[in-house]
Amino acid sequence: MALIMQNIDIRENGIAHLDNINLTFRRGGLYTILGRTLAGKTTLLRTIAGLQQPQKGTLTLHDSDFLQLPVWKRRVAMVYQQFINYPHLSVLANVAFPLRRAGVPRAGAHQRAREVLGKVGLADFEKRRPAALSGGQQQRVALARALVKRAEILLLDEPLVNLDYKLREQLREEFQNIFEGQDDAIVVYTTTEPAEAIQLGHEMIIMDEGAVIQQGEPLAVFNAPATIRCAEIINDPPMNIFYGAIENGDIQLQGGIRLKVPAHMAHLPHGPYHFGLRAADLRLGRMIGSQVELSEISGSQTILHLRGDIGAFILYEDGVYQHAIGDTVQIDLNSDRIYSFSVDGDLIAGPAAAEAYRR
Amino acid sequence: MKSTYLLLKYLAILLWSSFVALPFLWALTTSFKTANGVTGGATYLPWLQYEPSLEGWKVLVRTGGQGIDIVAPYISSVVVTLSASLISLMLGTLAAYGLSRFTFRLGFLKNSDITFFFISQRIMPPIVLAIPFFLMLQFFGLLDTIAGLILVYVALLLPIATWVMVDFFNNVPREVDEMAMIDGCNPIGAFVRVVLPNSLPGIAVGGLFCIIFGWNDFFFAFTLTFTKTQLLPVAVVALNSSVTPWWSLSASALVSVAPLVIIAFIVERFLSSGNMAGAIR
Repeated sequence: MALIMQNIDIRENGIAHLDNINLTFRRGGLYTILGRTLAGKTTLLRTIAGLQQPQKGTLTLHDSDFLQLPVWKRRVAMVYQQFINYPHLSVLANVAFPLRRAGVPRAGAHQRAREVLGKVGLADFEKRRPAALSGGQQQRVALARALVKRAEILLLDEPLVNLDYKLREQLREEFQNIFEGQDDAIVVYTTTEPAEAIQLGHEMIIMDEGAVIQQGEPLAVFNAPATIRCAEIINDPPMNIFYGAIENGDIQLQGGIRLKVPAHMAHLPHGPYHFGLRAADLRLGRMIGSQVELSEISGSQTILHLRGDIGAFILYEDGVYQHAIGDTVQIDLNSDRIYSFSVDGDLIAGPAAAEAYRR
Repeated sequence: MKSTYLLLKYLAILLWSSFVALPFLWALTTSFKTANGVTGGATYLPWLQYEPSLEGWKVLVRTGGQGIDIVAPYISSVVVTLSASLISLMLGTLAAYGLSRFTFRLGFLKNSDITFFFISQRIMPPIVLAIPFFLMLQFFGLLDTIAGLILVYVALLLPIATWVMVDFFNNVPREVDEMAMIDGCNPIGAFVRVVLPNSLPGIAVGGLFCIIFGWNDFFFAFTLTFTKTQLLPVAVVALNSSVTPWWSLSASALVSVAPLVIIAFIVERFLSSGNMAGAIR
């Protein structure tokens, strides 16, 4: 029993919004779709909901053709990234709306709406209009309206993106609890934030330029990104990529920098490679000189954007420090954590954590 | 500095309001005067400066002889304006929703061109339409009838209603209709249950425009009627100050303006309600 997408294509003016999508969503599964903006995440959800028709391909739910059903008969639930509510209705009437449309009598619909409003923490707000609520509360109303239907398919399109940081953290945790209770449903959740996708999903799908580029258990995808593009998308900040080669038992990077080949890459033949290293696996030290292009402070960390002979890269420094733009700093690389990719961008070898997940 | 600015602001407001309101005051006082009151120069305070009389108002409903009976034209005007506005608003709302939500292509013409087509017929001087309208009404035997006038006014008001409503529907986010459909409404249900209730200010504006244009039209009311049917603007203009006294002219002017003033007050509430806030961030 599953929702199956096969060879789904949506193209417009030669641009692929969805490029030959083949996915299977199982009942009880929580799928997170991670991708940058314009990766096709929203189009995918809209196709499932029936708001967009694919030019090619099939979509079946429990072996019946889903594409034949108009939106209002598909009985999906959806939460948009904008807080979409019905402005002319009270919070209670908003949440009861889908039930009333499904023919549930007023009293029963209101009772169920109240239960769900309690679950999302809005029990005291049922008489208000959505406009009289904060952004986070408005999004909870939208979420309640999606949950109240107990739909077989629950779609969430970057539901936290328009909220402030604190609220996002809080709602993300609540989502985990709320989704746990949806065992009969297929939940599909899109986001641009790796942390969100990893924390929430049972299964993660990475999309880029309309295509699925990797799929799997979140930690497996994180530890063993299939390509450079995957590695960039699943890390925040994106994984640093350095161009270089393995020659004479050394890793040679741009700017004449040489490193000893670490154990996990000892078996690689000589030749050109792309090397990947997360921002957290670089630290201030002595080896490589580079200039500060930008210094940001995030919580208790300093994020340094650096450029040197080796290329441009990003480094995480624990603690809060001031660095002037143009300052020269020395950094060290943790070669035990280096990923190596082929020139075409495919993962060839990764550190121990990556190899554990590779077949 | 700030207080000077404030003073100037209030002075400007005062000046403008008197410019707008004083003619009404003048008409209002005149309508309660008799010959003695009118000829005695500008006077505004009843009982103190002149003896008020209801004579000017009584004449309006009196038939024959001294009377100018504007009751029949008044009723005709109300019927024609309201029917034409209602029909235009209903058809215009549906047309506007279509233009706002669906993509039409007519050769190289797109939605915005079609919308412009609707309003472009109001760019022509009305006189261009007078002869075709006359011939058409004559063909159908509708000259000098209420029904004929309603038809003509629908043709004139429909573009306005459509044009105003397209703009309002464009401001209701499409996601709201989509959400209504996801929540189980078919497209017509989404329109009736969600889009329409959120467009009440637009419907109020559209209705207001229709009523103002319809109520004030003189040209078609004049060219397409003869004896059986007469609308208020024609009846009022037909009054002649050498026959009809000034106080009756003032009274008839006031009763012709009154409905618009009342409607403006009612509609103003809808306009300021800002109902759409919070639909989408």
